[in-house]
Amino acid sequence: MAFFNFYKNTFKHGIHPPESKDETNGLPIRQFPFAPVIILPMAQHIGAPSQIVVREGQEVHRGELLAKAGGYVSVPMHAPVSGIIRKIGNVPTISGKMSPGIFIETFPSSTQEVLEGKPIDPDTATSEEILQGIQDAGIVGLGGAAFPTHVKLKVPEGKKCETLLINGVECEPFLTTDHRVMLEQESDIFTGIKYLLKATGAEKAIIGIEANKQDAADFLAKHIPKELPVSIKVLPVKYPQGAEKMLVTSILGKEVPSKGFPIEVGVVVVNVATTAEIGRLLPHGRGIQERVITITGPGVKKKGNYLIPVGTPLRFVLEQVGVDEEISEVYMGGPMMGVAVSNLDISIVKGTSGILVFTKKDINESSKIYPCIKCGACIDACPILLNPSKLGILAKFEAYNEMALDYNLMDCFECGSCTYVCPSHIPLVQYFRLSKRIVRKREATKKEEVNA
Amino acid sequence: MLKKTLHISSSPHINKGRSTDAIMKNVVWALMPVVFFSVYSFGLNSLLVILTATLASVLTEHILCKLSKKETTIADYSAVITGLLLGLTLPPSFPLWMAFVGGVIGIALGKYVFGGLGYNVFNPALVARAVLQAAFPVAITTWHPAFLSDRFSTISQSVFTWPFMQPQFDAISGATPLSAFKFDGITTPTLELAFGQISGSTGETCAIIIALGGLYLIARNMMSWRIPVAVLLSAFVLSGALYLINSDIYPSPFFMLFSGGLMLGAVFMATDMVSSPITPIGLWIYGSIIGILTIVIRLWSGLPEGVMYSILLTNAISPHIDNVIRYRVYGTNRKTKVA
Repeated sequence: MAFFNFYKNTFKHGIHPPESKDETNGLPIRQFPFAPVIILPMAQHIGAPSQIVVREGQEVHRGELLAKAGGYVSVPMHAPVSGIIRKIGNVPTISGKMSPGIFIETFPSSTQEVLEGKPIDPDTATSEEILQGIQDAGIVGLGGAAFPTHVKLKVPEGKKCETLLINGVECEPFLTTDHRVMLEQESDIFTGIKYLLKATGAEKAIIGIEANKQDAADFLAKHIPKELPVSIKVLPVKYPQGAEKMLVTSILGKEVPSKGFPIEVGVVVVNVATTAEIGRLLPHGRGIQERVITITGPGVKKKGNYLIPVGTPLRFVLEQVGVDEEISEVYMGGPMMGVAVSNLDISIVKGTSGILVFTKKDINESSKIYPCIKCGACIDACPILLNPSKLGILAKFEAYNEMALDYNLMDCFECGSCTYVCPSHIPLVQYFRLSKRIVRKREATKKEEVNA
Repeated sequence: MLKKTLHISSSPHINKGRSTDAIMKNVVWALMPVVFFSVYSFGLNSLLVILTATLASVLTEHILCKLSKKETTIADYSAVITGLLLGLTLPPSFPLWMAFVGGVIGIALGKYVFGGLGYNVFNPALVARAVLQAAFPVAITTWHPAFLSDRFSTISQSVFTWPFMQPQFDAISGATPLSAFKFDGITTPTLELAFGQISGSTGETCAIIIALGGLYLIARNMMSWRIPVAVLLSAFVLSGALYLINSDIYPSPFFMLFSGGLMLGAVFMATDMVSSPITPIGLWIYGSIIGILTIVIRLWSGLPEGVMYSILLTNAISPHIDNVIRYRVYGTNRKTKVA
């Protein structure tokens, strides 16, 4: 309520879906076997696709550069396995679009040693050198967004980064990768923070962790190196606390301005697994070859947290862990914001944080859609205080301009809380996703007309 | 080798598992004790009136859906609620044909012309009652006493009045506490009001049972607690202040709270989600307006009871409350729309 706007360690509203993390949060990270063929799409991140620098038939060593960054908002790609490049051509991606990609046939007898590169010393390197190192390592946000990390870390002219927030919230149900990373890769995390503090110029770092990972918070608190200005903040469990803006509000009580980034209030937020990856790769000058992925859901036989090479075909992954006969839906990411897979021939990418498999009986098919009864559940759920009920009605009437101008449609970051709580099962966030695209398209056409 | 047809859907892939029909069903359940008490105190008369109104509502909804070539929506229980609520606001010896007309009007005029569930501006049951009050002013203000000894064996002859005929009322008829106060200056003790030992509409007599039904819905998070609290609190504060100023003219706030349809209106009618505002602050404003208007109508108008009109009036402004009362969107400084 607007009258009582005091700050109590969390953002306003939000939801409490069942956490469903118990089955995997106690399982240590295990190395996944190497697939016989690795399929590596070049558009795994937000921004320009990577540009391939190898040719068909070439033998590559694990960690070798396969493609260079396609621009500033782009990252290079490294070989996840040692093998031979069989083909360069189009490969399927989760969105349904084809992307240029590389097929690598894995050498079955290779030891899969990783190539060493030029190390970056956190004590002597400049901020620019570290940012360059992060780009060269091919690092993108591992929380799921896959935005190139070096772009995010670059503090714009005239702005100052005061606080570095490390995002260990993992508010998506089912996922336990960040949890395991915090329990097993503490030294990598702290090394990563050292690089990040240097790169952003922040004075201190705070690791935000939700209360359902108290063990990770205690463990990290015990291992904080003396010279590092790091503290840990345990937050109440609530979705979508892992969203950047919500995390800034939860930890610092500040609001990130609409359409702005956390740097507007002097904050940079980095995912904890991304931080660990920076701490692991930069001292060796290596690039990303693999990532931790939670494979779980009612349809999976060998649930767990696995270290899987990027580019491993999804079909291979599911065959290795064993899935139920009756599988019906497969999601990449969590159940709230993850994407449903339409084709098992796609491969694991850098942004894949989890693979969920549901069987037919877990899917509540054809829940009847009722008209909006204005119960207000969505109003009480929306973390950015929109009126999803009204927006939903406007979307039905295709009043996209009104949605954007009068009801702040473009501030919606599609967390899906409104759809989750709606008793009438109205696909609210789905409407908003579509509406946002239409509004963006209209704006683009308008701009073109002005320029023409 | 995995060869499966995969279903795809847009995220989120999980749902809280609540549904609109479940909410409506629970409202029906919460109303059941009220119905039982009504039958217990007024006997067969009340049972027939409530059944007729409910039947008329459900039938009308079904027929209108069929006529507009849509799937019938009676399974969502909202028509049942409208019928029950209408039945509960009518006098026990009300002619059945009039109750039936009320049920038809509630659904057809109160709900369906607006587009059905979710689109009605006014509470359909109250629209029906307002029409009945205008059409049959005598029948709807002729009250039948409660706890007559023959209530389970005989039915008042007025109940079976032929359609389009005016009823002949039995010699016995009782005044409601509010009309007794309004026209004769008699106040009824509060305890009798709270436990329903009075005459009145079929469902408005026992305030305690109504409040318990409301508590059940609030506990299950299927009703906004803010509306009944705001309605009752504002009515109590206003009538209390007046009582303190001059206790000779104005009745005690407890009398105001427990008499007439205020409890039934506050708990089951004002809380209709469709016709009430959506934000918490909006709900407080909405409820307070209803409470204040009720007291104003009761004390300073020609009518003994004002709950129905105050809810209907406030229903009409509730979309405007939503337009004015908005949250400040995260990261912005604006609440209202920029023209």
